Amino acid sequence: MSDNFGEVFHSHIWEEKAEPDNPFTAAACYCRGYDVYGDLLSKATYIEYLYLLFKGERPTQEVAAALQLLAIALANPGPRDPSVHAAMAAGVGGSPAASVLMAALASGAGSYGGGREVLLAMQAWIDCGTNLENWQRYLSSPQAPSRPLFWPQTEHAPGFDPHGVTCSTIVTQTLQQLCRILPDGQLNWLAKEQPALEKAAGIPLAMTGVVAAAFTNLDFSPAEAEMLTLLWRLPGAAAHALEQWQRGFRQFPFFSLDLENDPGVTGLKEKT
Amino acid sequence: MNDTHEQSGPDFLQQHVGVLKSRMGAFYPGSHVVFRGHDLHVDLKDMSWPELYLFGITGRRFSPEQLTLINAIWVYTSYPDVRLWNNRVAALAGSSRSTGNLGVAAALAVSEATIYGRGIDLRAITFLINTLEKTTAGESLETAVRDELDEHRSIAGYGRPLINGDERNQHILALAKSLGLDHGPHLTLAFAVETFLFAGRWRMKMNYGGIAAALCADIGLSPQEHYQAMFPAFLAGMQPCFIEAAEKTEGTLYPLSCADICYEGVTYRSWHGAHPKAPSDMPTDSTPATPIDLP
Repeated sequence: MSDNFGEVFHSHIWEEKAEPDNPFTAAACYCRGYDVYGDLLSKATYIEYLYLLFKGERPTQEVAAALQLLAIALANPGPRDPSVHAAMAAGVGGSPAASVLMAALASGAGSYGGGREVLLAMQAWIDCGTNLENWQRYLSSPQAPSRPLFWPQTEHAPGFDPHGVTCSTIVTQTLQQLCRILPDGQLNWLAKEQPALEKAAGIPLAMTGVVAAAFTNLDFSPAEAEMLTLLWRLPGAAAHALEQWQRGFRQFPFFSLDLENDPGVTGLKEKT
Repeated sequence: MNDTHEQSGPDFLQQHVGVLKSRMGAFYPGSHVVFRGHDLHVDLKDMSWPELYLFGITGRRFSPEQLTLINAIWVYTSYPDVRLWNNRVAALAGSSRSTGNLGVAAALAVSEATIYGRGIDLRAITFLINTLEKTTAGESLETAVRDELDEHRSIAGYGRPLINGDERNQHILALAKSLGLDHGPHLTLAFAVETFLFAGRWRMKMNYGGIAAALCADIGLSPQEHYQAMFPAFLAGMQPCFIEAAEKTEGTLYPLSCADICYEGVTYRSWHGAHPKAPSDMPTDSTPATPIDLP
């Protein structure tokens, strides 16, 4: 069976040169042709390096600035967000750090405010472009992709807030700041047409909608944007989880549960 | 897409603050535990784990024969082969001295794949249930299969990423026959689809995902119930992979030398101080920028 498969990894991203005395130790690592530890390490910013990894080239100053802003905007959704809540629920019990982040990723992956919503909104950008009629037609009856089926059916227009009344101030601030850096393209069109789009959707623009427009503007694919959204939301999850572990579970809300079909104490307890 | 307008907005959220109405269960510290309306330690205490698991998913009870079959569906696909992609995740966690729970939990998450595992389970059972409805209503099998191929370019449950044909099928079919569970309409349909596909240009045989979906549909599982029921399908094969890797010397699971990464990207270049001015200034893979000699 393994005859049909390669024995090495092929990559356009990464190359390593071994130490002369050990083929399993890297003496140099090249990312997209750049010497990471001999050249790039002291010169590139973190955002530039991320962009290089995903897109294969260095970003322009404008692109780097937009990504920097986007990374900060996403870094901490706050304790009310399901991903951070999940991370705190993991952290408060002293679970391993990786499980805290796994919890945040799982609960921050979906089509309600998560990575999947950004991906779906970007697919809408691909389908509708900057044509208002296309968007109005789409938003009047958004069609969910037919696969993979393990993703639940979407329950609202991706990129919009199903529980919102008006567009939140922080979403507006993020859109405005991004538009200052990237005055042309999808972000600008979104800012201009926001009232019409919100009217068509019946609900206000959400942060995921701004993030999707920004990644589209920056020429990222939906799959790349989904990954970066998941990645960039982790810092807040990590910090809040550590905080709750330090504070202890007695300060962590346990909430109430109203069981609608409680049979009460039965069997052994009644007999005793 | 559901209509969210009647169940959305801050007033609707306010109704749910701090309290969850549930019919699934709760524990009362020091007293008792309710599981889907039953006292876990009294009413359900004699259930096997598979029976409780399926009761938790469906709220329904299953016959001993049905439970034996579902248990076997899990058993027959528990392969402790570290090369398999999901198992490899568990094993790499063991080799890198992570924890058993982290490794196996990640491997289970990975099993929700598009080309195998839960993605195939859902598509396969959905296809069989929908196709049975269509053919019962008079549509030809050929039309139903061609419609599925037009939409998805493949039929979930037929063909296999690594090889065509499946060593598990004869065993689960023999068990189903011994249990009297091999006469359901979805299984009959699944074999009819196989005959059609194998005779045609597709040359595809039914795989284990297809036969498991058919058997579970005949037991009465919905697509979502089947998806949840198959969650532990690969589980028993994962721990052995983790354990063996954890018992061996750290870092010895498929060690890769630097030469095992075959680089196919742009040539060497230096990181200039200035940013590119615009996207059009940026070189592509086919036009490498400022090649330099390798030090």
